[in-house]
Amino acid sequence: MNIHEFQAKQLFAQFGVPVPKGKEVKNARAAEKWVATLDTPVYVVKAQIHAGGRGKAGGVKITKNQDEVPGLVTELIGKTLVTHQTGPSGRKVRRLLVEEGAGIDKELYLSLLVDRDTGCPTFIASTEGGMEIEEVAEKTPEKVLKEAIDPAVGFQAHNGRNLAFGLGLPTLEPAVVKPFFQMLENLYRLFMEKNAALVEINPLVITTDKKLIALDGKVSFDDNALYKHPDILKLRDLHEEEPMEVEAGKHNLNYVKLDGNIGCMVNGAGLAMATMDVIKLAGSEPANFLDVGGGATKETVAAGFRILLKDKKVKGIFVNIFGGIVRCERIANGVIDAAKEVGIKLPVVVRLQGTNAEEGRKLLAESGLKVEVATDLWEAAQKIVALCSKNKKS
Amino acid sequence: MSILVDKNTRVVVQGITGKEGSFHATQCKAYGTQVVAGVTPGKAGQEVEGIPVFNTVRDAVKKTDATTSLIFVPPPFAADAILEAIEAGVWLIICISEGIPVNDMVKVKRALSGHATRLIGPNCPGIITADECKIGIMPGFIHKKGKVGVISRSGTLTYEAVNQLTNLGLGETTCVGIGGDPIIGTGYIDLLQMFEEDDETEAVVMIGEIGGDAEDKAAEFIKGNVSKPVVSFIAGITAPPGRRMGHAGAIITGGKGTAAEKMATLEAAGVHVVNNPAEIGNAVKSALGV
Repeated sequence: MNIHEFQAKQLFAQFGVPVPKGKEVKNARAAEKWVATLDTPVYVVKAQIHAGGRGKAGGVKITKNQDEVPGLVTELIGKTLVTHQTGPSGRKVRRLLVEEGAGIDKELYLSLLVDRDTGCPTFIASTEGGMEIEEVAEKTPEKVLKEAIDPAVGFQAHNGRNLAFGLGLPTLEPAVVKPFFQMLENLYRLFMEKNAALVEINPLVITTDKKLIALDGKVSFDDNALYKHPDILKLRDLHEEEPMEVEAGKHNLNYVKLDGNIGCMVNGAGLAMATMDVIKLAGSEPANFLDVGGGATKETVAAGFRILLKDKKVKGIFVNIFGGIVRCERIANGVIDAAKEVGIKLPVVVRLQGTNAEEGRKLLAESGLKVEVATDLWEAAQKIVALCSKNKKS
Repeated sequence: MSILVDKNTRVVVQGITGKEGSFHATQCKAYGTQVVAGVTPGKAGQEVEGIPVFNTVRDAVKKTDATTSLIFVPPPFAADAILEAIEAGVWLIICISEGIPVNDMVKVKRALSGHATRLIGPNCPGIITADECKIGIMPGFIHKKGKVGVISRSGTLTYEAVNQLTNLGLGETTCVGIGGDPIIGTGYIDLLQMFEEDDETEAVVMIGEIGGDAEDKAAEFIKGNVSKPVVSFIAGITAPPGRRMGHAGAIITGGKGTAAEKMATLEAAGVHVVNNPAEIGNAVKSALGV
């Protein structure tokens, strides 16, 4: 789960990580009131959306004139930002962060995540702050430092020294070395206590008055651990999520919207991806990823159909089930019920394999529904692609 | 021969009185697996389909000489169940549970490093040696004793591949689902090594997916250490970056971990890469020249 920058900064503050003085505002009047309490030469108004690249897209405004802030707020709120992470339709700005600007002397990069290889929480740091870290790693890998933390003992002083000397902090600005150690320790505590998946500060700034401050903040959380943190769950902003994905989640379905026009419904994440891939190989594009899971029932299948049909781009549906725990005749019954209930007019190909597959195929064949039944994966993919392209022509 | 498990493997099922635990313990037993014990705290003395239940893994191991544990414990308690099994001295743990917090697995991974115990999973379908021993949730009937070893990050996609191998008359030695989470107990490399050393295994199918770089590391290993043909499919060529595809581990981050990249690396290491999952069986057939 992702949260907004202003929420990340509130968490930082809560864990003793220094951030600029700032507040979420929703309109010009609130902004006017808030800036009146600030004592700073520079004001920053930042659009709050769950996507990177806001600055380039015009979502960050800076002014030295306090009186301009309410106008900037009015300009940004409701605006749609298109960044490399939002997709072409962009994201509507509903919330803003208004904060004090900082005099920047040097920009650094700092993040914390679990390294899959070692299984350890690992700090990543670089002197090249303010840039995409992937780009830095690509062009100048020697400028990216990694420091694994042994989870059995937690963050230790030597971890801090390795990073501080590695970055050359004592030479850059000796006054920030101690605050840097403190910051690392606090971030590690936040990461572990709140079950974060990623904590990222980019840029981490050394200010002209020799302070260390998190000028930006990004925190995401391990979905599997949210049950432990009702306080974090409250930070969820449904406006930032695809409505169909939220709806799918309510039915325990795992759905991701894509851009193609063949909807697919599959049991198992790996097979669902493979099914998307065969649709492409057969000459079309998948409209979605949809995993109905190991415990698929009539109800989940029906819910799945409803979600797929809400996407107006969908021209046909491919159901691919390999019955293991899930018995194919149950899925077949689910398809039949759902087709009747939802009233599917699009071409549907159902491929059943595994436990009770034959029985399931028979049920579908005898149902009187206009559903094509298949046994083989490749044959099924070709069938649905052919049916959809035929429809397009007519 | 086979790897890791065979008809002599003695299994204890943790979480045996739960809905999934009792169902699958029964199914494993029916397949021929020696399911010798079950564990549910507070339910010692009960039986599930003739399998005695104990309060702790320690008790179960002491009384039944179980060497392998199969875990069906709900995710909030699963990490503790794995740690309990390590402590009790079983040498192989298969954890089916899906949705264990990453930080819990960080601790488990650390604990494993000091022990000889091997963990398979979590979030996996388990392990099966065809016609001998099934320790997991896969449909047993699609497997047939043969010559191909299977390693996979996925569940139903593994069944898909196995079904093709069986239908083509190739059959399998052992199939291992290593799990779809970012942190797993056993990766490709250890299993590739075991299959390389196993007399009955003539070829290996390796099914990967987007996310991480485990497949790239495996490719590196195969280049220098695996003489048997390896056939691979990587799921997710159509998956967009930054979106998690069901499995917590299946996500392309920072432009890394794409299917295309992994396929190219594997191909360069001499692996037979198929881009159509329906062609896995045929690719093994032609790699073996049969």
